[in-house]
Amino acid sequence: MYISAKTPMLQHSIMPGFRLTLGYSLFYLCLVVLIPLSTLIFKSFQLSWDDYINIITNARVLAAFKVSFLTALAAALIASVFGFIMAWVLVRYPFYGHRLLDALVDLPFALPTAVAGVVLATIYQPNAFIGRLLNDMFAIQVAYKPLGIVVALVFISLPFVVRTCQPVLQEFDASMEEAASSLGASRLQTFSKIIFPNLFPALLTGFALAFSRSVGEYGSVIFIAGNLPYVSEIVPLMIITKLEQYDIAGATAIALTMLVISFVLLLVINLFQRWVRQRSGQL
Amino acid sequence: MTTQTLTQPQIIGQAQAKALQDESWVKRLLIGVTLGFSGLFLILPLIVVMVSALAKGLSAYWAALASPDALSAMALTLLTAIITVPLNTLFGIAAAWAITHFDFTGKSLLTTLIDLPFSVSPVISGLVFVLLFGAQGWFGGWLSAHDIHIIFAVPGIILATLFVTFPFVARELIPFMQELGQQEEEAALSLGASGWQTFYRITLPNIKWSLLYGVLLCNARAMGEFGAVSVVSGHIRGLTNTLPLHVEASYNEYDFVSAFASASVLAGLALITLILKTYLEWRQAKA
Repeated sequence: MYISAKTPMLQHSIMPGFRLTLGYSLFYLCLVVLIPLSTLIFKSFQLSWDDYINIITNARVLAAFKVSFLTALAAALIASVFGFIMAWVLVRYPFYGHRLLDALVDLPFALPTAVAGVVLATIYQPNAFIGRLLNDMFAIQVAYKPLGIVVALVFISLPFVVRTCQPVLQEFDASMEEAASSLGASRLQTFSKIIFPNLFPALLTGFALAFSRSVGEYGSVIFIAGNLPYVSEIVPLMIITKLEQYDIAGATAIALTMLVISFVLLLVINLFQRWVRQRSGQL
Repeated sequence: MTTQTLTQPQIIGQAQAKALQDESWVKRLLIGVTLGFSGLFLILPLIVVMVSALAKGLSAYWAALASPDALSAMALTLLTAIITVPLNTLFGIAAAWAITHFDFTGKSLLTTLIDLPFSVSPVISGLVFVLLFGAQGWFGGWLSAHDIHIIFAVPGIILATLFVTFPFVARELIPFMQELGQQEEEAALSLGASGWQTFYRITLPNIKWSLLYGVLLCNARAMGEFGAVSVVSGHIRGLTNTLPLHVEASYNEYDFVSAFASASVLAGLALITLILKTYLEWRQAKA
């Protein structure tokens, strides 16, 4: 495995363009991504530790962090359940129009987030049809509550889960199911003992992608959230509010904290994923 | 037909097929859940955009789209995409060539760094450019002394969009070119073709569908980006509002026909993107 991966080394001399393409890639990467991002770190060095702690432990900022991470978690979980079902149906039960639905799954990727935001706010506001229906029948108000944020984030998250589970389901070796069933397993046992454990790493990837996108999401959320401080104010909005008050230091401190937390969470999810893969024997 | 006896393999085949079948109520339930969920989350939003845009009739719809603010927002959105998409495409090709044709130290780090903008919140993507070029930023003093405007002006919008759409083409091309291998290119080179000839005649035709796919996604995001652009734009009507920002501005002013008219243009763009995407996936599967 290792040897075959390294053999192209011998043919390097013949392939041209190494310096040009790598040099340009690195130059452009630094210019567009790395230098701008590094300003976040340098700028926050200008803050004293006490100032930083003061900004971050402000009750309104802490509440925003709580809202952002909890709604993202809830949305990623809901999207995981329904996204899994959708992937399953799209692969296993070809019904009339499933191709159309398959193409539509990517709508949240393709639709600008501002459009998603105003549309969802319109659908779920208390005096619109669905908003009123939910309000009258179940006394649930969606818009201008944390629940509204969750709805917007589920919309954004859905394609991540479907698109990570779908290919794994497609490639899934049916002979394993046949073996389980011929050895007397019920369909439910086959699913819970054979199919689901094999799909779980993919589902986890989808969950992680959905969660990480949801934590930073802005456009689709702000219209439906109502942006009430302590209740439905998300971290990205908090950053913008600070900027609008010319509190650059505050905005930077919050932004850096959020970036670090999401990277740490992604790392934890990645490690967990590796552990799951190792346990299920798919190295 | 009915009297035909089944051969041994056929019986086994049927038994296998039956073992993989779910009960019909399970099927119906799951299809029902899928249709209900996608109806609520995918189809209803599209209907609501159209209905709200046409709420006051076709003439109000056209008037909203033909207003100077809407037209200038469309022009700025197009300008942004025309500048950012080719730049990121060029980078994507260069990075994919370097990563898939050569082994070098730090290759996996480079691949990870390319994806970095995807894990940064759009708002933070805009913020970093404010930190660089804003009034209190690194270059703020120098820029204002020379009367150059980047933040709250068009260059800031382009820079923020460049950042946000940075990974699209590269991350589409890298796995594709990795799987493609480089035997054909090596053959061309050993037969005496120059590097550029090899690229134009061998590489480009081979990767074109995958490349277009990346360009399509990059373009969709460039035209639709909201959070990052919102931070650097300054929301000056007729000057620094892109189409998504124009949707927000109109919506916040309760000018719903105008908001949804612009939103319908963007939704149309999203649908065209989905159609082209499906077509490109089909072409790639065929190739």
